[in-house]
Amino acid sequence: MAQRSALARKARERFSSPAKMTVSLNVNGVERKLTIAPWTTLLDALRLNLDLTGTKKGCDHGQCGACTVLVDGRRVYSCLTLAVMKDGAQVTTIEGLAQDDALHPMQQAFIEHDAFQCGYCTPGQICSAVGLIAEGHARTADEIRELMSGNICRCGAYPNIVAAIEEVMHGSAAAGEGGR
Amino acid sequence: MNNFDYARASDVADAVRMIAADPGAKFIAGGTNLVDLMKENVAHPSRLIDITHLPLKQVDETQYGGVRIGALVPNSDLAYHPQIAARYPLLASAILAGASQQLRNMASTGGNLLQRTRCSYFYDTTTPCNKREPGSGCSAIDGFNRMHAIFGTSEHCIAVHPSDMCVALAALEARVLATGTTGERSIAFADFHRLPGDTPQIDSNLRTDEMITAIELPAKGFADNYSYLKIRDRLSYAFALVSIAAALDIDRGTIREARLALGGVAHKPWRDRNAEALLAGAPPTRESFQRAADALLRDAHGFGHNDFKIELARRGIVRTLTQAARGTPQSQSDKRVA
Repeated sequence: MAQRSALARKARERFSSPAKMTVSLNVNGVERKLTIAPWTTLLDALRLNLDLTGTKKGCDHGQCGACTVLVDGRRVYSCLTLAVMKDGAQVTTIEGLAQDDALHPMQQAFIEHDAFQCGYCTPGQICSAVGLIAEGHARTADEIRELMSGNICRCGAYPNIVAAIEEVMHGSAAAGEGGR
Repeated sequence: MNNFDYARASDVADAVRMIAADPGAKFIAGGTNLVDLMKENVAHPSRLIDITHLPLKQVDETQYGGVRIGALVPNSDLAYHPQIAARYPLLASAILAGASQQLRNMASTGGNLLQRTRCSYFYDTTTPCNKREPGSGCSAIDGFNRMHAIFGTSEHCIAVHPSDMCVALAALEARVLATGTTGERSIAFADFHRLPGDTPQIDSNLRTDEMITAIELPAKGFADNYSYLKIRDRLSYAFALVSIAAALDIDRGTIREARLALGGVAHKPWRDRNAEALLAGAPPTRESFQRAADALLRDAHGFGHNDFKIELARRGIVRTLTQAARGTPQSQSDKRVA
C-alpha cells in the first residue's frame, strides 16, 4: 500500500502540469487566443481547441501528410509542430481556403479531376498543393510528384491528384502571363 | 508525450546559459525529429528551449570566398538559395533528396546534423538498444538489420546516420560553428559525428552546453562535376539504403581532386581518403571509378540482411562518379538513373 502511494506520488510529480501558456494564432483570418500546455501540437490545437476538424490526424508522426496546413504561407506538418512555438503566426487550414461561397481553385480542381476516393488525405493534399503552387518550384508532372511525396494517399488517387495540380498550376501561369 | 517546460531563448548566449543550467533540457528548432522522439517516449526532455527566434537565418559570403549558413536556415530555403543552387549544387541536390517538402520547410540546418538514427530498435522502447539505453544491448546485430551500417560498426551499435544533407556537407568539407559557455569553436565536418564505439548514445562531438550557430562551406563547390545518387525502397520520401555524393575537379581529362561520401552505410557520413586519393591523377573512366569503389568497400562488413548494401554501394559509386564526370548529375525529380 505504501509502495502504491509512493508510485502514485511519483506519477503525479512526473505528470504534474507546468503552467499552461497563452498563444495567439491567426487561424483562417480570425485572431484566436488559446491557453494550452506546451506539448499541444498545432494539430491538436486546431482539432480539439478550435474545433477545426478538417485537418486530419493520420499517422501523427510526420509520415503521411494528412495534417498538412499552411503556417505563414508555408506547408508544414501540424502534428510535429508545437503550437506554443507558433505564437503570432498565420495558420491556414482546409476550412480557410474557400472565399465565401467560392471554392479555392485547388478544391475545385480536386473535385473536377476526382482526385480522391475516401477523402481522408484530401485536406492535407489540398493544403500541400496550395503550398506547392506558392513555392513555384514545380513545372513538370515529375516535379509535382516529387514535391507532393510528403502526402500519402492510401486509395491511390495519385494520377488524378497530379492532374488537378497541373490544371491549377497551368491556370495560374496563364493568369500570370495576363499581366496580373 | 511527457510533460515538459518551455522557454524561449532571447539570444545565443541566453540559449547556451539555459542549456548549461539544465542537463535535462534540449534545444528545439524545426522539431521534426525531436517532437516525434518525444511522442515515442525515446526522448523525454524536462525542458525545451525554443531557439527559433534567434537571428541565425542568413546565408552570407565569408571572407575566404565561401558561404556561411545560419543554423536556423530551413532546409528548403537552403536548397533553393541562389548561391547554394549555383555554387554548391551537390548540397542542394542532397537536401532535395531527403524527407518531404513539408519537413524541409520545417527542419533547420543545425537540426539536420543532430537528427537521430531511424533504427527501428532505437524507436521501439520494448527492445534493448545501447543508443537509447546504454548497456541494454543491440537488437539490430542479430535482428532485422536491412537498413543498418556496413562501415565503422561496433559490437554495441550498427545504426546509421539518416541525413542526406550531411553526406554532401562531408564531401564538401564543411565546418560546423558551435558556441558554448566557454566560447565559439569551429569543427571540421569529419570530426563532428562519431562512430558508435562503446558509447553509441553519443552521436556527435558537440558538447552538451554547445549550440550549432552556423555551417561554413569552403570556396570550392565542385559545381561542374558532381552528383548525388540516393537509392531507397521507394522513389521519394524514404531513407537511403545507400546514397553517394561524388564531386570531381577535372582538368584536361585528368581528375585533379575527388570527393566521395556515402550515406546510409555508417554512424556518420562515410568518407575514405584512400579511395579518393586513388582517383587523383587518374582519368575519369569506369576503370578508375571501379578501382576506387573496390578500395572503399574493402573494409565493408554486412550483418546478414544488409549484405546487399556492399554490392549496391559498389555499383552506386561507379554510377555516381560517372554522372559527375559527364556533368549529368542525378535529377531529384526524374528518378531514372542514367
